[in-house]
Amino acid sequence: MQPANAKEITKLQELTYELKVEAAMTRNVATISPTATMAEFREVLRANRISGTPVVENGKMVGIVSIEDLIKALAAGELNAMVGEKMTSKPATLYADEPLMQAVSKFSQLRFGRFPVINRQGELIGMITQGDIMRAMLKRLEVDYREEEIHRYRASHIFEDILADDVALVFGYRVAARDFARAGEASSGLKKTLGRLGIHPQIIRRVAVATYEAEINVVVYTDGGEIVAEVRPDRIRIEVMDKGPGIPDIEQAMQPGFSTAPDWVRELGFGAGMGLPNIKSCADEMDLKSTVGVGTHLTIIIYCDGLQKTGSGS
Amino acid sequence: MELGEVLQIIEGKVISRDVDLKQEIQMGGGADLMSDVLAFAQEGMLLMTGLTNPQVVRTAEMAGVVAIIFVRSKLPPPETIALAEEKGIPLLASRHTMFETCGRLYKAGLPASSLFEGVLKQWYETFESKKSGA
Repeated sequence: MQPANAKEITKLQELTYELKVEAAMTRNVATISPTATMAEFREVLRANRISGTPVVENGKMVGIVSIEDLIKALAAGELNAMVGEKMTSKPATLYADEPLMQAVSKFSQLRFGRFPVINRQGELIGMITQGDIMRAMLKRLEVDYREEEIHRYRASHIFEDILADDVALVFGYRVAARDFARAGEASSGLKKTLGRLGIHPQIIRRVAVATYEAEINVVVYTDGGEIVAEVRPDRIRIEVMDKGPGIPDIEQAMQPGFSTAPDWVRELGFGAGMGLPNIKSCADEMDLKSTVGVGTHLTIIIYCDGLQKTGSGS
Repeated sequence: MELGEVLQIIEGKVISRDVDLKQEIQMGGGADLMSDVLAFAQEGMLLMTGLTNPQVVRTAEMAGVVAIIFVRSKLPPPETIALAEEKGIPLLASRHTMFETCGRLYKAGLPASSLFEGVLKQWYETFESKKSGA
């Protein structure tokens, strides 16, 4: 499977898209006016222990001046020259609201040590170095990592932490009728939750497939309903309840290939009469009760130690 | 087989962001019927399909499908790509038909998902018991 470091790289790439330049840059940057002399610029560098500064006139950035410009001025004996004459005008800049990715690629393209950061009005609001980018990413990684650790720790120890003779966790999900775009969100949420609880992946897969098929049924055929999952250390019980119209002939509905699905459902890749048989093959126990005009109640039980169940889950 | 090799064999294109071409693919399967995918997909499987709606990605997520190839130059709508990126499931496109896309990969040594036979047998048995019971 995927090596751990490949995942990390993707995570870093993701972060460079997610984080904005603004989040990594240094604010309160020392600046200098274009009418200041190079001698004054030297003092700014010394006082702030920096090697370059943006040149700002009336709030707008007009250029950038660096220690290299100072050395050249020194060599030419032009310490009294104005910064405006010695600076680099129209320097490469970054916008505060650009993704960090933009900064990373500019650093590697232009090989500058730093970039001034401006807002969309052209006003200087900060500076960014490669070190700033690194720090911002590490900080964010640490926060994300801690949060996930906390989630996992709390969740996977929950059964051990709770002192009781009998522990059951109950999760409820609402399923809207005919909202096909969101169909599967309940199953997706349940799958993620079971992962955090440290349930075996094969068990999770069976629960996910069975719940998803049931959820699709609720979305497609009913007036909406709910899914309730009750998780115990030894078994997971999923109840899927809807508000009708109900199934007239359950035995017929259970037959592989039997379907009453309208065309739009078939076009989406469902409705071939495999849903209930699929659920059955994932479940250790399955019970389907329905009353026409009232609703349908499906119960699925999957044992957490029964890994060897054949069917789509193994 | 790595996803990058798959891409070469099918002469395909990557259509979602941040795809890791080093990702390992263990087996493949083709279907347009999502219930079939749920029935025979195994963890680590590559899915070839002609369907492009977001439920394909949901199905992949539930069934443990690790990458999806849309056959015959079909491009998914933005919702599908967005959901796939959120779930970290790479999306590829092939200009070949379902048959040829699957065939190229099978010929190159990508095994088929073996669960299908098991499921077929189970359904067959259900049919048989129905018949004898009736």
